[in-house]
Amino acid sequence: MTQKNRLKGGLINRNNPREFEFNGQSMQGFEGDTLASALLANDIRLVGRSFKYHRPRGMLSAGSEEPNALVELRTGNRKEPNSRATTTELYDGLVANPQNCWPSLNFDFLGVNDLLAPFLTAGFYYKTFMWPSVFWEKVYEPVIRRAAGLGSASLEPDPDCYDKGFLHADLLIIGAGPSGLLAALIAAMSGVRVIIVDEDFVTGGRLNAENYILDEQAGNIWAKGITDELSDFDNVKVLTRTTVIGAFDHGIYGAVERVSDHLKTPVSGKPRQILWRIYTKQAILCSGATERSVVFENNDRPGVMLAGAIRNYVNRWAVTPSQNVAIFTNNNDGHQTARALLNKGVNVAAVIDTRDQKVKSPDYETFSNAVISNTYGRRGLRSITIDHQDGTQRTLKCGALGVSGGWNPNIHISSHHRGRPIWKESIQSFIPDDNCPSGMLVAGSAKGFMELEEVIKSGSDVIKQALENLNVKAKSIDMPKVQGDVAQAIEPFWMVKGTSRGWVDQQNDVTAKDIKLAKQENFTSVEHLKRYTTLGMATDQGKTANISGLAIMANLLGKPIPEVGTTIYRPPYTPTAIGAFAGRSRDENFRPVRKTPSHQWAEERGAVFVEVGMWMRAQWFPEKGETHWRQSVNREVLQTRKSVGVCDVTTLGKVDVQGKDATSFLNLIYCNGFAKLAVGKTRYGLMLREDGIAMDDGTAARLDENHFVVTTTTANAVSVYRHMEFVRQCLLPKMDVQLISTTEAWAQFAIAGPNSRNVIRKIVDEEYDISNERFPFMACGQITVCGGLRARLFRISFSGELAYELAVPTRYGDSLMREIMKAGKEFDIVPYGTEALGVMRIEKGHAAGNELNGTTTALNLGMGRMVSKKKDSIGSVLSEREGLNAQDALKLVGFVPVETDDAVPAGAHLMNTGGPVDAGHDQGYITSACFSPNLNCHIGIGFLKAGDTRIGEVVRLVSPLTGHDHIVKVVSAHFVDPEGERLRA
Amino acid sequence: MHNLSPISPLGNRELISKVVGPYTISEVTAYSLASYSLRKGSENDAKKKLEQFIGSSLPDVMGSNFEKISSFWIGPSQWLIEAPIEIHEDLASELSEVSVGKASVTEQTDAWCRFDLKGSELATPLSLLCNVDVASFKGGEVTRCQMDHLGCFLICRDIKNITILGPRSAAETLYHAIIAALKAVV
Repeated sequence: MTQKNRLKGGLINRNNPREFEFNGQSMQGFEGDTLASALLANDIRLVGRSFKYHRPRGMLSAGSEEPNALVELRTGNRKEPNSRATTTELYDGLVANPQNCWPSLNFDFLGVNDLLAPFLTAGFYYKTFMWPSVFWEKVYEPVIRRAAGLGSASLEPDPDCYDKGFLHADLLIIGAGPSGLLAALIAAMSGVRVIIVDEDFVTGGRLNAENYILDEQAGNIWAKGITDELSDFDNVKVLTRTTVIGAFDHGIYGAVERVSDHLKTPVSGKPRQILWRIYTKQAILCSGATERSVVFENNDRPGVMLAGAIRNYVNRWAVTPSQNVAIFTNNNDGHQTARALLNKGVNVAAVIDTRDQKVKSPDYETFSNAVISNTYGRRGLRSITIDHQDGTQRTLKCGALGVSGGWNPNIHISSHHRGRPIWKESIQSFIPDDNCPSGMLVAGSAKGFMELEEVIKSGSDVIKQALENLNVKAKSIDMPKVQGDVAQAIEPFWMVKGTSRGWVDQQNDVTAKDIKLAKQENFTSVEHLKRYTTLGMATDQGKTANISGLAIMANLLGKPIPEVGTTIYRPPYTPTAIGAFAGRSRDENFRPVRKTPSHQWAEERGAVFVEVGMWMRAQWFPEKGETHWRQSVNREVLQTRKSVGVCDVTTLGKVDVQGKDATSFLNLIYCNGFAKLAVGKTRYGLMLREDGIAMDDGTAARLDENHFVVTTTTANAVSVYRHMEFVRQCLLPKMDVQLISTTEAWAQFAIAGPNSRNVIRKIVDEEYDISNERFPFMACGQITVCGGLRARLFRISFSGELAYELAVPTRYGDSLMREIMKAGKEFDIVPYGTEALGVMRIEKGHAAGNELNGTTTALNLGMGRMVSKKKDSIGSVLSEREGLNAQDALKLVGFVPVETDDAVPAGAHLMNTGGPVDAGHDQGYITSACFSPNLNCHIGIGFLKAGDTRIGEVVRLVSPLTGHDHIVKVVSAHFVDPEGERLRA
Repeated sequence: MHNLSPISPLGNRELISKVVGPYTISEVTAYSLASYSLRKGSENDAKKKLEQFIGSSLPDVMGSNFEKISSFWIGPSQWLIEAPIEIHEDLASELSEVSVGKASVTEQTDAWCRFDLKGSELATPLSLLCNVDVASFKGGEVTRCQMDHLGCFLICRDIKNITILGPRSAAETLYHAIIAALKAVV
């Protein structure tokens, strides 16, 4: 297909053609084109179908405000629905397809909706589909869901990567149009750090679309010159293809840089987009303005466009939507478009001006005091009907119609902190008030200045203010001399009288009739109007529609527009890919992976790993012939209890607590006493929350008079450390206590089982006596191992066996594990994983995360007496609340099945036998369960009302989730060695 | 001499060094680290003793001193001391002796993995990694930050040589993130 509508000139590189495909047709454009301009060049006006009525639609605008020309860009897993053709840079090999149409763009079956329009008015779904009620879920909703929406997602993982980054500046300038560029230049020369961003791939803004002359050069050349000058400054960063999507607290702005969207695929290693978080002291919003349409009958046909957009296509991209174009305007801007078309040799059918004899030109016909009352052409504009003031009508043939209803400043980002704009009569639109986000100033058209000279002056004035706020003296520069400026001379005109199906919001198919209906049904508040009609929603957020909708509502209410008000805009300014928010944190990189010191060794042993609080821990170590995980776990448990086993417990949190007041500090954070803990001893400790609920448990080992090592559970390592820092810094700031995490610094291994001492003896250097007498249960000490390496030894036991925990500097962890295995060979030592660890702690009746579940107290855990009454500690007072100390309070006990083969599933609830099974009669629940290879049956621990007094009782275990319903016997939670003889051996 | 052999945070016997465009990233394990916190009531004395030991004054907030034994500010009245591991393998014990109970000393050598990033314009890749205004660095700055969800220290030895200290257990994650950032900007 030839580029039938390509004109002379433009800012495209004709030496660099681009092949692309739309709707299965191959076409050609040029470097510098957007998909929209290339389609227009190839005489394609019909691009997609509308949201609700499936009406044929084409380009309305030339920028990010586009409501209609949405396409499915790319194919396969890179397919991106709802991509705006108007901002999609053309690249070689681009493939785009129309969306929201079936079976084809030209013949869309759901176009029947247009005929059903009388039944599909605004809010129809609030009033219909009421009967029969069962149909809603089974019929209506599925059908509506299928019909709703625009493009379709690929449903495949995005193959590209996204980055997130941080930029810092003194000044952020949003928009590189004339005011932004000038402000940036002054700021750069004044020495402040500037970031200037623009969503376009070239700077200049409207200078690229108009025929302005600045300092005797074309506007786009002037803009390029300033941009080149800015690039020479070290203190300036120019970011094109970057959209500021939101203003957040404390001078933080979100911006999406489309690094690779203009390429077929990103360069290897490069992100597709970067979500920047920009920190700035001052910001200047130079986001320009967006043209709005006029509402008249059938104003949505492909070929009906914004007049300023047509001018942009003509001047910048050298394309016209048709060789015969009419203009409909209420201001001088429409005439600018007519002149631009004529300059490029395009026929101007007529300019229909709602005003009285404002502009007359010998070059084209002007109809003053006239309006367009209807348009014709199903898949593209063919003709228009003009109504003259005297009541006569005429039909005019044209292939495109440029409409200008005035310009709306792009104030969105200025109201992201709930700043409400104010009405500016001279431009018939809203402008930002003085309630912008802190540190933000507004310049140029965004502030309501519509003539270039005042736009530039505004940029200069505002940058001086910004620099003054930064305590920097502004350098002065000569203001550029402007030629080609035209006063707007707008006269308000929003809707042609008598219009019914005239589109206000083209993306959501909101018509003038819908607004009338909203008024009729009393949805007159701006926010109600929006939600009732969907005006201003979806991907374009009503950039071309909001003000017109408000004006029509104001007219219906007989109120001035500012009295009707405006909605407040929210981030993001333009649609933003979820991938950009995720950055690199997806799939296997969703969160960091922490590896234990013995990870490599465990991998070599074929360990199966499990993620525990980001740590990868060995879950079990399968051996040859084992086909089921439980075989491995049973073997590990039995062998540990029979001889010796070793487990990497580095993941437990370790906090170094030092200082003269370290003991007092621990005495406060633990509910049990620590004041009398001797040097060289370890004590189990329970931390309570302020409300008396158990928070975490662990041990504190006293290495020295003023030096403790506190251990926490793996899962709570961070939260406990944070809690301790809070207590230190906020509750006890006068205490002499220093904390630092040492979780990472020490590799720690549990060696458990009757032969653990024999193994440890071969590791610990001879000068240290670890006999039961010299190193009894709960002893700790700083020793050396393997011929002189400093280490820490703790005689503590989670398994209930004679056990030690041995710690060395982490870099030696791998080597130590290998040494332990070597030393234990004669005792048939086994490594055990977290599963065996869990089985042994349940057999021993030790509470863990399942029991410390945020609802239980020390009393529930059977540790009520640990809460010392002789001292104050966090949570101790509130743990005495009556409700937490009821006679029938839950108590931790053990359970065994009455029938040996029955399971005891965790999560199952307990009921009295013979009683009802419901929540009101709930007696408790199982928290942890396993198969005990030592007892050769399933066992569980859990909470039972007054459980400590019900040992030997039989209760009913019910688990609707797993289908279990049988009786279990209440036993002591300590299934193995209840007297603790083994661990003291 | 003990018979245990160390592995690097990335799990190797040999240290990794990689060139990505104009940047070089190197895993470093040649230094011992220990934290030194002043105890209340003896701050001046403890500070003086440390300064005598390291041979230079202790840096102020966000500052560092690069000497044979270097020091970095890491919190109120708290510094991280760095010394060659060959000479000061058990740096924490040496500092404990120096402090004579007037400071709390904790061994930190193996708490961290260390990657040194060298090249010009280091602010560019680091802008994708952490929320730190590296472009404003002149050399000598130290700050805490987050990289790929990990709490890290950024130590600017000079503007072309920045050290990243990250949690040792997540060394592979951190290394992967740094490499990804380097590749994204070259």
